[in-house]
Amino acid sequence: MNLTTMIALLHRDLHVARRELGSFLLRVVLQPLLFTFIFGFVMPRQGLVAQSYRSLLLPGIVALSMTLSGMQAVALPLVIDFGWTKEIEDRLLAPISIRGVALEKIMVGMIQAIVAGLLVLPLAWFIMGRQAELWFAAHPARLIIVAALTSWLFAAFGLFLGTATEPQHIGLIFNVLIGPMIFFGCTYYPWATLATVRWFQVLVLIDPLVYASEGFRAAMTPQLPHMPSWLILSGLIGFCALFTLLGIRQFERRAVD
Amino acid sequence: MIIVKGLQKIYKQKRNGRLVAEIKAVDGIDFEVARGEFFGLLGPNGAGKTTTIGILTTRVLPTGGIALIDGIDVMRDPVAVKRRIGVVPQANNLDRSLTGRENLLFHAEYFGIDKRTRERRAAELLDLFQLSERADEKVSVYSGGMAQRLKIARALMHDPAILFLDEPTTGLDPQSRHALWQMLFELNARGQTIFLTTHYMEEADRLCQRVAIMDHGKLIALDTPSNLKRSVPGGYLIELRVRAAEELLSSLSTALRKLPNVVDVHSMDGLIRLYANRSEGLLADAVRLANERGVLITDAHVAEPSLETLFLHLTGRSLRE
Repeated sequence: MNLTTMIALLHRDLHVARRELGSFLLRVVLQPLLFTFIFGFVMPRQGLVAQSYRSLLLPGIVALSMTLSGMQAVALPLVIDFGWTKEIEDRLLAPISIRGVALEKIMVGMIQAIVAGLLVLPLAWFIMGRQAELWFAAHPARLIIVAALTSWLFAAFGLFLGTATEPQHIGLIFNVLIGPMIFFGCTYYPWATLATVRWFQVLVLIDPLVYASEGFRAAMTPQLPHMPSWLILSGLIGFCALFTLLGIRQFERRAVD
Repeated sequence: MIIVKGLQKIYKQKRNGRLVAEIKAVDGIDFEVARGEFFGLLGPNGAGKTTTIGILTTRVLPTGGIALIDGIDVMRDPVAVKRRIGVVPQANNLDRSLTGRENLLFHAEYFGIDKRTRERRAAELLDLFQLSERADEKVSVYSGGMAQRLKIARALMHDPAILFLDEPTTGLDPQSRHALWQMLFELNARGQTIFLTTHYMEEADRLCQRVAIMDHGKLIALDTPSNLKRSVPGGYLIELRVRAAEELLSSLSTALRKLPNVVDVHSMDGLIRLYANRSEGLLADAVRLANERGVLITDAHVAEPSLETLFLHLTGRSLRE
């Protein structure tokens, strides 16, 4: 692996991302904060959900914003590059393997996902009136591992989506895939409580977002019910491996004729 | 510098998992390009030129044969090949999120060129390609000619051993085209090895030291432009626009056919076409024969042999079709 070239490619992508900081912030922060406002501020005040719901919601919101920003950071530019502008050609001709360019894309997605998480976590906490009970200081290593795996997983998922999707279908894919993924992703409810609908509790295990949401619950609110750690880690690592393999294979297929 | 042997690219078209057709985009071609040479691959659209350049620049995997760049196999070590080549593709693939200068700087950074060197080189190339004034604008506002020049400047940033250009002047207005030709000519004069594909025979003729003519995935001729043109029998064409009665014209055609070096004569709608091996003195003879018969010549044109007529001769089709 050619490290110099890898760093240069990262430099380019972060340079462009920084230049588009405004739209990046809107994309990353707006939706999670709207959810936080309604579910974490308005509804508890109306008495429609318990005050303690905030503590359940916050880890889910953080997982969701990292997930979406990581995926979009990788998938959207790739769809346009491969399907339309061919701008990526210059980077494919850089002195690095095609796989190296694909891995760089995953790294860019990870960085953006982590930035999104770091932005949304304190903002959401403030919107909730600082009333979510976060215990993550007790498990800093757990939080770091979950954040790293979550950002890797969804950046790799973005790599696969971005290289497997034609530009005219990207809107459809995001609607058909992302909608269900969010609603089945245990972002707004803990997985443990799904025991009341057993078949649904098993079904949602195919949703990678479940492991991210539950992972953040395990790290940030360990006092509340959450998925066992072994299942969280297996899910995150398994999906990481799957999407990285699929994503790189599809990227190479698109890059070399 | 470039060695290509038996190179082949077959695309398999599948429908419902069953093979329905095989398309031989490149069908067993051989050629070599020497250091410092300006080499052209000429052929109509769909001849296989872009696929060939794609293989040589590591973007297309061949299905047979070998291609070496500076002694390195393009399939075995594409990264080492990428270090030695500069590529100007047909489509505008400039980084639209960046300015002109940034396009050059980031490209050089990918190649590990240090900051001072890349800034100096970018300034030099922007100057050379007359882009300095608008270097700090986003490339999305560049004209076609400017974008094309910036693509070439970018490809030269890492000082490649070979510069590949795929149809570099397609879509440019005549003025930009001539300016670009001049720049490429000067680059080559300074020792840059250049490999170019084109479907403009004039481009290949003017710029290239050797030209390979490609059609249906095969090389059908390879030589210097002047040797290629000389190889066309009856390569010279004299066109006479005439005014006279029909029987006078047919008498003139018969007489013209008997002139030395004349290969063929066509007469139609007051236009006589004379195909000949040589043109010296022929026009004077033709005019004399017409005067003797009282045929009035209103216009005359002598066409030199061209790669166009060679292509026509070799394939029976025009390059422009």
